[in-house]
Amino acid sequence: MTARLRKTVASLSLALVAAVSACTSYTEIPIETPIQPKLDVSAFQRIFIAGFIAGANEDVDANMETVRLLRSQLRNKGIMRVIDADTLPLLEVAKQNAADGNGSEPAPDQQATQPPQDQDKPPVFNDEKDLEPYQHLFANVAYWKRIGEEYQQPLIVTGAILFAPQQRSGFVQREQETYDSFGRRMVVPVRTYMERKGFVLRPTFIFIDGRTGETLHSETFREEILYNANQQTPALSSYFELMDRLLPAFLNTLSAQKIKGTRTLLK
Amino acid sequence: MVARLVVLVLLMTAAAASPAFAQRKQAKEQVEFGIQVAQRGLWKEAIYRWERATQLDPTYAAAFNNLAVAYEHEGQLQKAREAYEKALALEPENSLVRQNYDLFKEINDRAAQKDGR
Repeated sequence: MTARLRKTVASLSLALVAAVSACTSYTEIPIETPIQPKLDVSAFQRIFIAGFIAGANEDVDANMETVRLLRSQLRNKGIMRVIDADTLPLLEVAKQNAADGNGSEPAPDQQATQPPQDQDKPPVFNDEKDLEPYQHLFANVAYWKRIGEEYQQPLIVTGAILFAPQQRSGFVQREQETYDSFGRRMVVPVRTYMERKGFVLRPTFIFIDGRTGETLHSETFREEILYNANQQTPALSSYFELMDRLLPAFLNTLSAQKIKGTRTLLK
Repeated sequence: MVARLVVLVLLMTAAAASPAFAQRKQAKEQVEFGIQVAQRGLWKEAIYRWERATQLDPTYAAAFNNLAVAYEHEGQLQKAREAYEKALALEPENSLVRQNYDLFKEINDRAAQKDGR
């Protein structure tokens, strides 16, 4: 076999391989990807959803709704024993702490970050800055240790919930149905200017060791939902829709989860 | 003309009998068997078959893609990433591999974020 012939055979074999590859057939298969939990909670038998710093926005009591939802989810999944107790009055505790100077390390500009003292009604939180004056409470180790002792040293879940209305206008891409001269249906993307409104949910979950009062883990999520400005969607439905999206991630902090999906196997 | 055609057929026969083609054929058999067992939930056996396929033919993108899927199913995310990247390096235009990889990255990024990586 001459060198030229060998070369030709080699290129043809590669072409054949390529031709076989080009006729690739495929099959879809469901998979479940296991994701390990972030926190080792083996030292805890009980969990206490203590409550959250949250304002009164749009008729949704984000504190109470979040406590109810997390407790029921944890019970359904059988993740530790859920302590069924009244939620802690965290807003009042934070205000009291600030007044007594019992917070964490005092910030240089503490005057500016102290919670408002002269309001009887719950505050309204519209952005992250409104929550800042209350954040020192989570670093108050003595307070959380005392709570831990009271409830037999559980894993304590607390944090802050920002649930606020959101309004945005701008160009959005949407699909529009059209028919050509032969009557064939086509879907084309079009850009249109729209006024939209909805809600943003930004919870920070803080996991505290009830034995020591120390923060073990903290995680912040952000989800938003926008509707056409003419659409009337109750705030509570939006809240649940947004919480639904981030619940798997919250639960995955405490227990292993399997994420279901579909992948394509190739031949 | 006829002579040229005969030569072409002979050359194609020779190509089909070449080691590259034979190895791809063997690798393909492993890949197909791997798919059968994966569909029955025998993912460890599938991994063995697809690893064998990648050894037989290290240019077989489908084998690396399937191996990546199996690693993903087993929670071996680092190995899955490497196998997807190998498959994409071999066939950068393969949209099915790209789609798998994008879906994988979504999960992997979440896990990585949790690990503080």
